[in-house]
Amino acid sequence: MSSSFFLDGKAIPFKEGQTVLQAAMSAGHYIPHLCWRPELEPHSSCRLCTVIISGKPFSSCTQPAMEGQNVECDTPELKAMRRAVTQLLFVEGNHYCPSCEESGGCKLQATAYYLGMQDNHFPHQFPVRVRDSSHPLVNLDRDRCIRCETCVRASRELDGKNVFAIHGRGIRSKLAVNSPTGLLKDSGISPEDMAVKLCPTGALTVKRVGFEFPIGQRIFDQESIATLELREYANQEAVHG
Amino acid sequence: MAEKLKVATCSLAGCFGCHMSLLDVDERLLELLEIVEFDRSPINDIKHISQPVDLGLIEGGVCNAENIHVLHEFRKMCKILVAVGECGITGGIPSMRNSFTLKECLEEAFVRGAGTENAHIPDDPEIPLLLDKVRPLHHIVKIDYFLPGCPPSAEAFLYFLTELMAGRDPSLPQELIHFD
Repeated sequence: MSSSFFLDGKAIPFKEGQTVLQAAMSAGHYIPHLCWRPELEPHSSCRLCTVIISGKPFSSCTQPAMEGQNVECDTPELKAMRRAVTQLLFVEGNHYCPSCEESGGCKLQATAYYLGMQDNHFPHQFPVRVRDSSHPLVNLDRDRCIRCETCVRASRELDGKNVFAIHGRGIRSKLAVNSPTGLLKDSGISPEDMAVKLCPTGALTVKRVGFEFPIGQRIFDQESIATLELREYANQEAVHG
Repeated sequence: MAEKLKVATCSLAGCFGCHMSLLDVDERLLELLEIVEFDRSPINDIKHISQPVDLGLIEGGVCNAENIHVLHEFRKMCKILVAVGECGITGGIPSMRNSFTLKECLEEAFVRGAGTENAHIPDDPEIPLLLDKVRPLHHIVKIDYFLPGCPPSAEAFLYFLTELMAGRDPSLPQELIHFD
């Protein structure tokens, strides 16, 4: 007998061991997220996938699905919270969308569109961050980093390299490169690495392919992030079960 | 005929791209002019807002003392004030100088720059004082609405103005929200 829980009143079937987010995505219900990737261990740091269960907030990427539980997801309060969290990500970094080669393919930007974000609301911090363009093929722009640790996990779990780490704490934390000089050119990074491919923003990009697609033909010019992520998740499930 | 909506516009630290996009509504500009009347705007070259207006559209962020002066004039004279485009909303491309000190920027442009003669930083008192950082409009005054885009498309302008004039919430549908 299959188990199910309720997502905004709709019954969602789940398999033993699935999280709320995995079960929702399997059933075709997108829950916004930035640090979660189906191929990586969940990290629960971006807080965008927060849902309310029994009156308490939980990150749905780590919360196990349980029989009969009532999950609130698409409420006005949670939508406003997600928008505010995304606005904070924007003002804590330097996200110059008009000049960014990732624009139109950026998941941070696409999530902001999905959440109806039209302004950044909060005062901009304009932090001064060091860029690392030392590598001939890969660029690291810390202005665009949201410290979601996707590259940190992907490098360890998928590439078997351990190129990245987060250094420092709180607002002062930054992405560090594990190499003798601290520079990307002396690390084992390569443009084919999943750490580069999975970066949800333009923090890690491959050089010489920027602006490959003109405005109007980029990924998120064609479809919303919800459509893309649900399709990718379904494809992944079809392959890996 | 219903009274026309009085609109003032200006460009602060912007590139006039947002104004060009507004003009990009093409022949629909004639329909727009049926319901909208421009006060101060680079489109008609009126230099100051002559009377309180319904709507102020500001493109560009704030980079110097004159920008602040103009922004305060708009806030005082406009019932509804809208930050238009990435620069007005986030500081945009001009705010890329915020990673450097003002001294570094001025020296790069006027002292160390290629081909400079009689190299010195301009200090004519008529030149508005530059601020240490380029700031978005909402850092200085209250902004009522934000119309994102670099520039916002002509469709986004039309949608926004039409909804606002109809007394509805002018929030853009997802497909019209762009930050580039």
